[in-house]
Amino acid sequence: MSTAEKLLQLFIVLALFAGVMVAVLVIADRFRTKRGELVQTAVFVIPAVLMITLGLLYPGLRTVYESFRDANSTQFVGWENYQTIFTDKNQLGVLRNTAVWVLVTPVAATFIGLVYAILVDRSRFEKFAKALIFLPMAISLVGASLIWKFVYDYRSAENDQIGLLNEILKVLGFDTYRFLLTEPWNTLFLILIMIWVQAGFAMTVLSAAIRAIPGDIIDSARLDGVSAMQMFRHITVPMIRPSLIVVLTTISIATLKVFDIVRTATGGNFDTSVLAYEFYVQSFRSFNGGLGAALAVLLFALVTPIVVYNIRQLRRLEAR
Amino acid sequence: MRPTTARRSLASLAMLLTAGLTLTACGEDGGSESSGGTSPGEGKSECAGLTGFGDLTGKEVKVYTSIVAPEDASQKDSYKLFTTCTGAKVVYEGSREFEAQLVVRVKSGNPPDIAYVPQPGLLKTLVTDTGKVAQAPETVSKNVDEFWGQDWKDYGTVDGKFYAAPLGANVKSFVWYSPTMFKENGWAIPTTWDEMTKLSDTIAATGTKPWCFGIESGDATGWPLTDFVEDAVIRDAGPEVYNDWVAHKIAFNDPQIAESVDRVGDILKNGDYVNGGIGDAKSIATTAWTDGGFPILDGKCAMQKQANFYAAQWPKGTNVSETGDVFAFYLPTTNDKFGEPIVGGGEFVTAFSDRPEVQAFQTYLSSDTWANEKAKATPDGGWVSANTGLDVANLVSPIDKLTAETFQSEDAVFRFDASDQMPGAVGAGSFWKEMTSWITGQSTKETLDNIEGSWK
Repeated sequence: MSTAEKLLQLFIVLALFAGVMVAVLVIADRFRTKRGELVQTAVFVIPAVLMITLGLLYPGLRTVYESFRDANSTQFVGWENYQTIFTDKNQLGVLRNTAVWVLVTPVAATFIGLVYAILVDRSRFEKFAKALIFLPMAISLVGASLIWKFVYDYRSAENDQIGLLNEILKVLGFDTYRFLLTEPWNTLFLILIMIWVQAGFAMTVLSAAIRAIPGDIIDSARLDGVSAMQMFRHITVPMIRPSLIVVLTTISIATLKVFDIVRTATGGNFDTSVLAYEFYVQSFRSFNGGLGAALAVLLFALVTPIVVYNIRQLRRLEAR
Repeated sequence: MRPTTARRSLASLAMLLTAGLTLTACGEDGGSESSGGTSPGEGKSECAGLTGFGDLTGKEVKVYTSIVAPEDASQKDSYKLFTTCTGAKVVYEGSREFEAQLVVRVKSGNPPDIAYVPQPGLLKTLVTDTGKVAQAPETVSKNVDEFWGQDWKDYGTVDGKFYAAPLGANVKSFVWYSPTMFKENGWAIPTTWDEMTKLSDTIAATGTKPWCFGIESGDATGWPLTDFVEDAVIRDAGPEVYNDWVAHKIAFNDPQIAESVDRVGDILKNGDYVNGGIGDAKSIATTAWTDGGFPILDGKCAMQKQANFYAAQWPKGTNVSETGDVFAFYLPTTNDKFGEPIVGGGEFVTAFSDRPEVQAFQTYLSSDTWANEKAKATPDGGWVSANTGLDVANLVSPIDKLTAETFQSEDAVFRFDASDQMPGAVGAGSFWKEMTSWITGQSTKETLDNIEGSWK
């Protein structure tokens, strides 16, 4: 396609979009009466509802349907796929890893972010220090995994190292270590990548929340003679609780969906696979559509409550 | 044959009568059809097989493949003759996510006209699960009979019907080594497996680890190891047992397979032999397959078993030839009962449409003309076909010549990569995964039992 053709196509699409919008507005405008208001609402809502139905609801229901069928979706198998997830040795490992990810990542990332935010708050290097921990946020998860894969790279001690961590171990006189291979710790080393990326996000949100604590509360606490620890426990944390919860849940959601890190760093080998990655492998590598759909449904079921809670907290935060 | 309702044929009959048009008859599956008109290639000798399709000017053939830049340039160049001969254009699209995306595209009703499917197993899945693959026309079938032979044709055949002709091919049964290092030390290229073991001992005695290997490949981690096992199976048990193994007529944990896995283990799990320049046996699992042979260049490793296409992995400036920095020799046999078995791979030209221009393109790709065009369009080497009409002289690089000669050797018995033929859950799933666990310490028995358990 030549540039002129592309521009023409762009123009046609824009004209179409404008046409539809004008049509919607004209139709809505014709119904001005009290009853007409209902029609007006419908004209605006129906396109959105239609698109959600087509793009979200239908695929969602379809996935649930597929999860009760066999690999090629040729016959109904009942709960068999779900049974596999909760009985098969490999799938149980996937569930265990996912649980470790979800338990460790949000807590660790939020804790590190919070402590960092308090430490650098109003210090001389605040801007620089904040930029430093925020930088990894700008890197994609695949990029971050590639970087860390080099950091973790293993060569036996007698060879030249290209992995940063193993070079440090070697210089200190220790034996080199297989970071990505040794179970069960390799999962923790993958989690470290996620923490590295997410801590900056936690730090930024929490730092802003700490700044927003009214000065008089802090002053009166000082007058009462609290220690730094007491200030942190009884003033700072309770005051920023809603922000803390939003950060925790947001990172939880990102963690449940983690795919890039596992795929890039280990390819799910050495017992490091997680739900979101296993779903992809089963659906698109092993062509076991049924099991893949079941894994997707399970993932959805796990994410939903956190998303609901997260949105409620966000609303509460905005209401303040 | 295409199902036609009586009503539709009546309507077209009426149209024929009223408009007085002469329509060319629609072809049926298996036969090739012409779009009429005079082919632009009429009278040109190199267009001989293509003029029968008539004038295809303005038509397009959409090709979807896993071959991406920079290798795609020579593919596109080799299609120029097709456009000259027929007038039809080829629209090329390469993707790294090809295997996963192709099935999605076909199932959702948006298939390309032609896809280069690199696994017979995937071809079978496409034929049986989607039913949208078009049978190959007679012209293609004839070309395959003439230039490839029955073993290759069988890999493009599902349930007795011939669908896809082979395109490029590769040989996995090679061992990479350094000719200079071998010469300096007075080592000879082994011609039997026992000689290879003896050579490994000799090299190990000098303090150099004789073997290096890497199997890390993202979500395909483990495949180079399955290739090694396949090469051992076909040597120990022979091509017939190999077929039975692929078809699951013998169990995956059959003693014959276990013996071959252990044979590979004698090399790759032997701490005195591996993993040159990197670490011990376990480090094979985390070494990228693309880096597996690099220690050979540093003199820290002597041999790596890897396919001919590893030639593209060596750093720029590496001399790949019989007298250069690196070259390959044929992985020796363990006995002389089965000739020269070769395990290899290739792509299959799978069509999802039977329009004349698509069939014309299929015919072109299956001809000796295209094979030689492609060879000439690849001046830097790195491409071979098992097409016997390919003139070895047209190949440029020594390793490509060696590969083509290996294919055309009289004793050669070719078998397609077993993991590519097995069902996806095994061939692209448990086989890769369990072999990766095997190299990090899992026993042969547990490994094979697990794979057998996953084959349903």
